[in-house]
Amino acid sequence: MIRFTAHRLALGVLVVVGVVVLTFLIARVIPGDPAVTYAGPRASKAQLERTRRQLGLEKPVVVQLGDYLQGIGRGEWGTSYRTKRPVLSDLRRALPASIELVTAGLILALMIGLPLGLVSARYHGQAPDVLVRFISVIGVSLPVFWLALILQLVFAQRLGWLPSAGEYDPNLYYTSPLTSYVQMPLVDALLTGNIPVLESAFSHLILPALVVAVYPAGLLARMVRASVLDTLGESHIRMVRSLGFGDRAILGRWALRPAMNPVVQVTALVFAYSLANTFLVEAVFDWPGLGSYAANSLQALDTPAVVGVTLIVAIVYVVLNLIVDIAQAFIDPRVRLR
Amino acid sequence: MKLEVRDLGVWFADRRVVEVDSLELDRGETLGLVGETGSGKSMTAYAIAGLAPGMGARVEGSVQLDGRELTTLSQGAWRDIRGRRIAMIFQAPISSLNPVFRTGDVFTRALQLHGASKAEARTRAAEAMRSVSLSPDLLRRYPHQLSGGQAQRIAIAQAIALRAEVLIADEPTSALDVTVQAEILEQLQKLRTEEGIATLFISHDLAVVSGLCDRVAIMRDGRIVERGPVRETLTSPQHAYTRELLAAVPRLGEAGSAHA
Amino acid sequence: MTAVAAPAPGRAGALTFVRRNPTLTAGVVLLVLIGLVAVLAPWLAPHPEDAGTATHPFQVLRPPSHSHPFGTDLVGRDLLTRVMYGARLSLRIVIEVLLLAGLIGIPLGLVAAYAGGAVDQVIMRITDVFLAFPALLLSLAISFVLTPSVGNMTIAIAVTWWPWYTRLVRGEAASVITRPYVESAQTLGVSHTRVLFRHVLPNSMTPVIVQMSLDAGGILLTAASISFLGLGAQDPTPEWGLMVSQGAQYFSTQWWFVTFAGLAILLTAIAFNLIGDGVRELLDPRRVITR
Repeated sequence: MIRFTAHRLALGVLVVVGVVVLTFLIARVIPGDPAVTYAGPRASKAQLERTRRQLGLEKPVVVQLGDYLQGIGRGEWGTSYRTKRPVLSDLRRALPASIELVTAGLILALMIGLPLGLVSARYHGQAPDVLVRFISVIGVSLPVFWLALILQLVFAQRLGWLPSAGEYDPNLYYTSPLTSYVQMPLVDALLTGNIPVLESAFSHLILPALVVAVYPAGLLARMVRASVLDTLGESHIRMVRSLGFGDRAILGRWALRPAMNPVVQVTALVFAYSLANTFLVEAVFDWPGLGSYAANSLQALDTPAVVGVTLIVAIVYVVLNLIVDIAQAFIDPRVRLR
Repeated sequence: MKLEVRDLGVWFADRRVVEVDSLELDRGETLGLVGETGSGKSMTAYAIAGLAPGMGARVEGSVQLDGRELTTLSQGAWRDIRGRRIAMIFQAPISSLNPVFRTGDVFTRALQLHGASKAEARTRAAEAMRSVSLSPDLLRRYPHQLSGGQAQRIAIAQAIALRAEVLIADEPTSALDVTVQAEILEQLQKLRTEEGIATLFISHDLAVVSGLCDRVAIMRDGRIVERGPVRETLTSPQHAYTRELLAAVPRLGEAGSAHA
Repeated sequence: MTAVAAPAPGRAGALTFVRRNPTLTAGVVLLVLIGLVAVLAPWLAPHPEDAGTATHPFQVLRPPSHSHPFGTDLVGRDLLTRVMYGARLSLRIVIEVLLLAGLIGIPLGLVAAYAGGAVDQVIMRITDVFLAFPALLLSLAISFVLTPSVGNMTIAIAVTWWPWYTRLVRGEAASVITRPYVESAQTLGVSHTRVLFRHVLPNSMTPVIVQMSLDAGGILLTAASISFLGLGAQDPTPEWGLMVSQGAQYFSTQWWFVTFAGLAILLTAIAFNLIGDGVRELLDPRRVITR
């Protein structure tokens, strides 16, 4: 197990370094003068000169890259040209919001997708199966931004059941201020027992999380169905049936665990995918996460910020893959020997 | 204990794969069901155990265990029969074990399913393992850590621990080396002599059947073409097909001797 | 099982196909319909000039009516026309992305599998790096760098998509290469390129074809998303994602603007996904088992 983990870790680090280099190079190609962005359009020539030197823009690209890589290792991720704050602290505020959203979405997706997939496999070929497959095709075909707009219109604006934007009611900043530990309003409110913020955060989370959950739910339902059906056809299920176990035990235990392998993989991949795709949901619901930050940074030609976001997402992706590999090795002992 | 099959038919869509007029198995006897691939012998076994519908097949006819009709049993009723009264072992032993569970997990849970407590289950499993000459420690292993012979013996141990009356063995030695085959056959002999379990032994190998079984039934294209006590049937076959099968068996020594 | 079989119904070849592959058939039918709309748009659309630069200041934001079944947009253009022309555009984008990504990814995968060793490692690491990139973010960044337009968006998406095909092809080719007929071709002195293209390539293509048919829907949604965020198609191009973003601010009062374009995306994506599923079911060897 240990050798396995170490090997995967080493590969991961290599990949992350590659990502940083690639991002940096792309960022260098972005048109426009970063000095102007930083100093503002009305800066004088002298100020621009000073800014350029300050930002190290005069050194050759390779040296800049080297400096940057060293900085990353030390925890210095550069300063955002746009917000004038260290990129790392910007990310520290934006990342948890996205993670909160995506985690909530994935939990919903699992709650919806797993049972649907099991039902579909159990009633394979019959009406429930067809219905579930129909629903999951729609789930993976829906344009996320369209669904977000529609849900927002129907539930927030027309019916008024749920709020339409933001993380929680801004008025609560004054009436019930929140002490932040993990930068996630829902978790922080739980930890500090701040009920009004808890309720508000919860109701603000529902719609965006639902939108995020749709695609993974559809995907999971299909994956679970396929994987369980595959497993059901295997000899060991015949054996277990011949021992006297019925459908419920088979679906609930004997076929479920062997079938989970591909499902675990898909869940982690989908998490990474959703994290990167929160752009669209955050745009519609005004959610202050990575997506919004990245979009703003791109528009402002804010190189350090763009590189920072990409780096963070790549790291998350690599870490997730690592977790998946380890989890797989745990669930399926055959994997450990590879 | 008596297992009676009458007018059994098994269909896959429009294709009929089994057409067995009659088949009987009494307590303690070993019946060999012999045929080539595609003769319907395995499907007959699955139909008897009620596993055929789960494979997409349609079953007609009658299968009675001590007078109780099995073909019309509900899922829940099968729980009392499968494992408890009818047990099965299969062709590829390691693939027949659930790869993500330790072999003991399935074993003990099966015993618990049929009424044993957790502690009882563990003791009975250990006992059964010893009667097939295996150390109970093997129960802590995963299937891929076992040899084919070991896996098959665990499957047999399950049948013993469950105190089944009928064992349906679907080509249990076909995927094993010859030396290991002999061990398994020995275990199956013991089942008969020591536990009194009736066995339906399915195989394409006449030589093996002749050594193990009391009676034999030859199958072709879904039908039984000849049947009878093993010695008689194989020394003086009545049906042309039986003669063909016998002729195809490679032997050392005189022609006409069917005992390997 | 060699039991006696009832004779297969002779004439109903096509009907049997439909019965056995309902998903594929449904998807193909839907896609053909959309394709017809796309191809015949210039003749079917009521106001072809609205797909271009025409504006009608007196018909701004009109609800669906007889002359404008889908209503009009913020500069008075007929939305039915624009949605129809959008079909042309979307289908074109999907095909172009698949072609481009394939052209880059497949040869790379072949080379990686065939050359092995260091070349293989290098190509695979590069693939890993690209795959570690959040695809949408990368496409957005590239599109931005190249100046947002349909063409550049296509390139951007293709650049993020090729690594999958390289991985797939490499995996399949690696096992094909070990097969006897490849070895014999090599011993006979057949040149490497010929071996690659005449023997290895055709036999490695199956997973790629399946993957491509599965990807089509994803590509469509990605293109629409990029345009929605403003980094893809630009006005007056009639791209569905762009139309949804244009209509977003008017959504609560002029619902038609967003709805029809979005529905078009949904239906086309469904068609692609159904086909993708159908192709996978069809080419899946396990289908041989009677179930």
